[in-house]
Amino acid sequence: MPKLLSDKKKPGSCKVVNIQGEQASRLLEMGITPGIELKIIRTAPLGFPIEIKIRGYLLSLRESEARCILIED
Amino acid sequence: MAEESLTIALVGNPNTGKSTVFNGLTGLRQKIANYPGVTVERKVGFTTIDEQSYKVIDLPGTYSLNYKKIDERITYQTLIGEYEHEEAPDVVMIVADSSNLDRNLFLATQVMDLGLPCMLVLNMQDVADDKGINIDPASIEDTLGIPVLAVSAKYKKDIEKLKEAISAKRYSIPEALRWTPGKNLRIAIDVVIDKWIKPFSSLPERAHIIEALRLISDNHLSEAFYEYENEDFGQKVVDEARFLIENEGGNPIAAEVLFRYDFINECTRDSVRQEDEDRKSISDRIDEIVTHKVFGPVIFLLVLLVMFQSIFTWATPFMDMIDLVFVETGNWLASNLPSGVLTSLLVDGVVAGLGGVVIFLPQILFLFLFIYVLEGTGYMARAAFVMDGFMTKVGLHGRSVVPLMSGFACAIPGIMATRNIENWRDRIITIMVLPFMACSARLPVYALLIAAFIPDDRVFWFIDLQGITFFGLYLFGIVMAILAAIVMNQFFAKTESSPFIMELPSYKMPKWSVVFQNTFERGKVFVTEAGKIIIAISIVLWFLASYPKVDIPDSVITDTTTTESSFNPQDDPDAYQLKNSYAGKFGNFIEPAIEPLGFDWKIGIGLITSFAAREVMVGTLNTIYSIQESGDEVVTLKQKLINDKNLETGQPVYSTATAISLMIFFALAMQCMSTIAIVRRETNSWKWPAAMFFYMTTLAYLCSLAAYQIGSNL
Repeated sequence: MPKLLSDKKKPGSCKVVNIQGEQASRLLEMGITPGIELKIIRTAPLGFPIEIKIRGYLLSLRESEARCILIED
Repeated sequence: MAEESLTIALVGNPNTGKSTVFNGLTGLRQKIANYPGVTVERKVGFTTIDEQSYKVIDLPGTYSLNYKKIDERITYQTLIGEYEHEEAPDVVMIVADSSNLDRNLFLATQVMDLGLPCMLVLNMQDVADDKGINIDPASIEDTLGIPVLAVSAKYKKDIEKLKEAISAKRYSIPEALRWTPGKNLRIAIDVVIDKWIKPFSSLPERAHIIEALRLISDNHLSEAFYEYENEDFGQKVVDEARFLIENEGGNPIAAEVLFRYDFINECTRDSVRQEDEDRKSISDRIDEIVTHKVFGPVIFLLVLLVMFQSIFTWATPFMDMIDLVFVETGNWLASNLPSGVLTSLLVDGVVAGLGGVVIFLPQILFLFLFIYVLEGTGYMARAAFVMDGFMTKVGLHGRSVVPLMSGFACAIPGIMATRNIENWRDRIITIMVLPFMACSARLPVYALLIAAFIPDDRVFWFIDLQGITFFGLYLFGIVMAILAAIVMNQFFAKTESSPFIMELPSYKMPKWSVVFQNTFERGKVFVTEAGKIIIAISIVLWFLASYPKVDIPDSVITDTTTTESSFNPQDDPDAYQLKNSYAGKFGNFIEPAIEPLGFDWKIGIGLITSFAAREVMVGTLNTIYSIQESGDEVVTLKQKLINDKNLETGQPVYSTATAISLMIFFALAMQCMSTIAIVRRETNSWKWPAAMFFYMTTLAYLCSLAAYQIGSNL
């Protein structure tokens, strides 16, 4: 069952299923494409932003952006 | 024509070491200015290789040509030769981070679609090596079809390699659509180009593919067409193209990106080998502490503390020295030139104004030295990550923290430091609230008034009322900045979304030549661009305080508004002149307006003259109260302020309520021409400095009014 990246806060790997919403285009360009492996590294002090590893580099996302990413474990 | 200069454009993602390549190629032969009409910085340098001269343009770092931000649009427009009638570059050097090749190649494949002569520079080989990434440039060259060079631009020998490649013309025009879009996307591109772009747009042919893709994938398509009369037709063409892609089972927003990444995978599959992906690098280990939920903010605050303490400690001797030099120069000129209007203009207008510009340099240079070191190491992005949660709560950005804190030293370097904030909305809000941070120029005013009017009653242990007032004023500034940010955020909220998709680059040693050069450039930009405005305003203020010229009367007159019945204009012509100048008249004129705040005409004059710089208030009061320069002047001035009585009522002119009201006014009002000048420079318009002046000064008036009315009626 796919869920939003913003709901998964525990560090660990997951697979990107789809990208949707306002920021979709930028997220896709940054290499967050369906099928790719994504790893949550950590969350910032107040829960967001989160830090993810994708295609070998580190990216930080706010909640609104994490909500654009559909994942499955 | 061999003598004609060729243009090389450097394009690449942020954090690819583009600046290092740029500095390596051009050395000190660079020019930095704003792009006309916008606030994005334009770096141009010059170099000569084998007797051929080159102009090198360092384009703003970008992730995509499908522009979403102003700096990305400039990159795109400069490349296609549509920015301010500038020709398209002769050579495009695509700079990519070897340790992060997938995402960097995305932009590369886009640039290749422009049909300009290209070469790909795989930079930061050393970082890639450390990460255990092995790249085979020859294989990438085969797949991409353009020359590929693997370098570490921080080494001189690698810069030489780049120069040799340029000189040997190791660049070529790539094959269009090398990344092979799917059949229907391919047709869709042609549909948009043939039916819309060719007949209706004036874009050069090289831009057609990228423009077609942009229209097909754009979320906000209506904006793309707003300048065309037949926008409905354009919309129809794009819908047709999108339908083709959807027919193939694709998503128009994602189609281009997915095909490009498929191609990139093909490119890197055989040519990039990563050993042991899950190995924890040193960078990861540092991050575990630096971005820790608890240690992260603590470390950040410690970094800030050390940074600002150092700026204060290191900058102060230089500032004192600059002050001394300008004062001595002024004195020397005054005593060696024939006294007259020109000398006065030179000494009190030009030299004083110039001093007012140069005095900021030490703080600006030290702050930027720190900022560029922190930026260069990769720590700045972590600080933003750690602080973003707190800062978004008040409508600011993680990257606002450092500029705001810099405001405690001085608003000017702080406002210049907002360039680190990529998003325009976040940047403008940070700029607009930054002058509320209690800068060091407010210190002398606070110190004088607190010493004179706040009793040093012990409150708790070693803490007294004076200390609490002092602390309260700082806190007051911070609270007002936060409130103002929250309010301003409401105005902006609907107009522009503010993404925080931020890369966290690997830690590395800063490149010192880049650090020093950038720091130096900041200082230069301040002196040359803000300096002009500051000197102009200084001269206006000099005029207001020196004219009209008055004759010193022979007889002793008694000024009814001052208690100093012994006041003798012959003893102190300076004070007499100031009181009768335009500034003095204006001080009298605005007295009714500032009376409800508890101010009299003397403070009125001070409010006007302190626009040169807040601390000038103390000097002006000194002049008005005819205090001769001496070591004890603050003590004397303090006594004079306390003793000053209104002749009609016999009440002291200055009460504690007046002092508090005045301090609140200084905490909030936009009393600094240098800040105005730098906001003008950084926003590239008079709109923002004007708005800042009015909103801050109005707020100051209202708060002082409330404070005095409540205070004096208690």
